[in-house]
Amino acid sequence: MMIEALMARVNSDEALVRRGRFLTTTFLLEIGSAAWLISIFEGRVASVTPGPFVMPSSSFALRASEEEWKKFLSPRPPPGSNDLMALIKRRALNAEGDLWVFMANLRYFKEALAKLRPTGTKA
Amino acid sequence: MTTRFEPVVGRYMSLDLSGRRHRLYVEEAGEGTPLLCLHTAGADTRQYRALMNDDRITRRHRVIAFDMPWHGKSSPPAGWHDEEYQLTSAQYTSMILEVMAALELDRPILIGCSIGGRIALHLALEHSDRFRAIIGLQAGAHVDPYYDLNFLHRPDVHGGEICAAIVSGLVGPDAPEDGRWETLWHYMQGGPGVFKGDLYFYKIDGDIRGRVSRIDTSRCPLFLLSGEYDYSCTPEETLAVARSIPGCDVTIMKGLGHFPMSENPQVFLDYLLPVLDKISAMARG
Repeated sequence: MMIEALMARVNSDEALVRRGRFLTTTFLLEIGSAAWLISIFEGRVASVTPGPFVMPSSSFALRASEEEWKKFLSPRPPPGSNDLMALIKRRALNAEGDLWVFMANLRYFKEALAKLRPTGTKA
Repeated sequence: MTTRFEPVVGRYMSLDLSGRRHRLYVEEAGEGTPLLCLHTAGADTRQYRALMNDDRITRRHRVIAFDMPWHGKSSPPAGWHDEEYQLTSAQYTSMILEVMAALELDRPILIGCSIGGRIALHLALEHSDRFRAIIGLQAGAHVDPYYDLNFLHRPDVHGGEICAAIVSGLVGPDAPEDGRWETLWHYMQGGPGVFKGDLYFYKIDGDIRGRVSRIDTSRCPLFLLSGEYDYSCTPEETLAVARSIPGCDVTIMKGLGHFPMSENPQVFLDYLLPVLDKISAMARG
């Protein structure tokens, strides 16, 4: 899954970091039974901590099945799997918590998570 | 780089819509059969720029597009600052018919995308005699809300950023970068609450599921073109509408998304031109 790759891939994209400069938060990503706490400080990914967790604190959580996440991260995702909102519409991605952080920075989160696709794939 | 002027000409017109004075921006290019273009929710006429710049279209068609009130260069009516904008089926229908009358358009071909595709279905049902043919892009009978629409208009979320970010995944994967980002720029430029107000029609008031099968294509030919990657109006939803209407001509456009005419116009034109040829042949036949 290599969610840990997020730190290097986001932080090396200057434009993405610049757009995220007012974003500081920690969110929970759960793919199947695995979980990560991802901390962002002023647009840079400060840490990616793998679970399991006893009491994870986060502003919001994104949860998807392994199968759906794999499709989302494929080099050319099929229709319905190409975007976080496409997954949400199909109820294949569950977003919960304080979604203001997620929605106010939606472009950032879409582009950051799409960076987990094979290098060179468009957001 | 030499300067090049496009053949597109814009002007403003003042007219009454639903009992209120409005100032609308209208642009057009070409000569021939009128082709009236309706933009998507939260955007404006610039989405049809490629059609207006393509000689294969404009040598046979007078391509016309107008910014809906509150959109693009059309102003909201006086008093707007104390109102919540909400587009209804009735307002949308009368707006299109009034604009046609003001421009003296005789049975134009109508092409509308998204909310424009939805109202195209309403017009095919209720005003089929006013159109030569109707082309619905990304036209479905209904879309359920799939996110909290309140995020689109609140002071602690940037309206332009959120509107573009909401729709960015609706652009197909094959769109060239300039088409993708210009399409999103239009969304970034919408006024506060306008996209949300359009979605009132798209997701609530404009539901036509119960009536869409009554469209009579012998009175007005109906063509539906939908992009494969549209998850707002999915290909399945367009195909379901098409199956319920005898004589409806439907095509799913590979690799395209929700904004075919602006995200990837060159590929879209390969789908649109044969439809215009069919409409032309019908008129001759």
